[in-house]
Amino acid sequence: MFEFLIRPGSFDLFLNIGIIILKIAVVIGVVMLHVAYATYFERKVIGHIQVRMGPMEVGPHGILQPIADMLKLFFKEDIIPEKADKPVFYFAPIISLMAALSSLAVIPFFDGFVIADINIGLLFILALSSLGSYGLILSGWSSDSKYSFLGGLRSSAQVISYEIAMGMSLVGVMIMAGSLNLTEIVKAQAAYPTGMYAIPQFLGFFVFIIAAIAETNRSPFDLPECESELVAGYFVEYSGMRFALFYAAEYIGMIIMGSLAVTCFLGGWTIPAFITAVLPFLKYVPGIVWFALKLYVIIFFYYWIRATLPRYRYDQLMAIGWKVLIPLSLLNIVITGIIKIMVD
Amino acid sequence: MPGRYLPTEYLPVAIFIAISIAFGLGALIMGSMVRLRRPYREKLMPYESGIDPVGEPRVRFSIRFYIIAMLFVVFDVEAIFMYPWAIVFDKIGLFALIEMIIFIVILLVGYVYALKKEAFRWE
Repeated sequence: MFEFLIRPGSFDLFLNIGIIILKIAVVIGVVMLHVAYATYFERKVIGHIQVRMGPMEVGPHGILQPIADMLKLFFKEDIIPEKADKPVFYFAPIISLMAALSSLAVIPFFDGFVIADINIGLLFILALSSLGSYGLILSGWSSDSKYSFLGGLRSSAQVISYEIAMGMSLVGVMIMAGSLNLTEIVKAQAAYPTGMYAIPQFLGFFVFIIAAIAETNRSPFDLPECESELVAGYFVEYSGMRFALFYAAEYIGMIIMGSLAVTCFLGGWTIPAFITAVLPFLKYVPGIVWFALKLYVIIFFYYWIRATLPRYRYDQLMAIGWKVLIPLSLLNIVITGIIKIMVD
Repeated sequence: MPGRYLPTEYLPVAIFIAISIAFGLGALIMGSMVRLRRPYREKLMPYESGIDPVGEPRVRFSIRFYIIAMLFVVFDVEAIFMYPWAIVFDKIGLFALIEMIIFIVILLVGYVYALKKEAFRWE
């Protein structure tokens, strides 16, 4: 596809780079819009679960609330603590945002639409999510505040612990699909009788969903932010636009983890063959609709959990990660291997 | 072809990383042009729930964070070893399975050792 790059100075090179940049701009634009409205959706969902209305003031049913929030954060003063480590403090939110946003490069949103069709897509996402923990620990360390220091330590320990469980829970999917390329994984699922790996890989799916909540520092595993004891954790000293970058990174992280769950376990942009056999007209619904629908189900699930469950204690959190999820994911690998051998 | 191979499918990834950094920087630079800036001493103090900060911000912390970091290195490398194995599982078959069970048993020995040493216990 990109053989033209070997011939330097060719016009095609610039044309293709232009197309890539255009595609990236579209993806970033659409995702940022979804991030803005994910915050609105969250406040509405949690509001209604708690028998409140949620945001109502800005626009009809508060529909313009995210835009108002964004403008407010844009004009807010940027306070940098006197004794903070300035360069590290400046760049920590950018590291966080970069790690979250770049993962979008390998996610197939619908058939044939993926920015970088690399054959190690899954590995790339896991690598970037490890890189994201640098943003957390550097911001916590450089802020010169006890709260952010403790929050940064806690969150990096949490993220790296759950990353192991998450990485291992995906091995079952890799065995079944035989690939790390997310497009190939979706195609392998479409060819599989159940149409999604969440059914045969229910153990892996369970571990993945829990690990994904902890990875994105969401409630009930939001120990790093923990309003009641650490006030906001690693980003307590951040304000204005820098705070907005961390906030955006968290929601992009949620969208990434949701998309990963959709592509690896729920069949991506396809729907199971046994459903189209009964309701053939569903075949004409474009893939992006299915993708977005599944993604929003997962995101709704995140909000539902946040509104329902109280926060875990830190020792319980570590115990769940190391004593439950890692053994379960290892068990899942062995079971998947044995079944694969017996079926073949 | 060997020697002239260019991993061209990674070009969009590089562009994406560059654009996402530019996006973050751009948001900050544009913000710095419009926002006001009126710092004074109290505003620039580290936040400590309204009182003046007491002592050093970088306090001594639990040794367990180091242990978790070391265990992470061990287990994450193990997880990375499993990926290529999982990809070629189809082609190798039963031999791969037995091999991986031996690998996981060795991993479990280390895991049980860490468990007995109470590396996962926080009090």
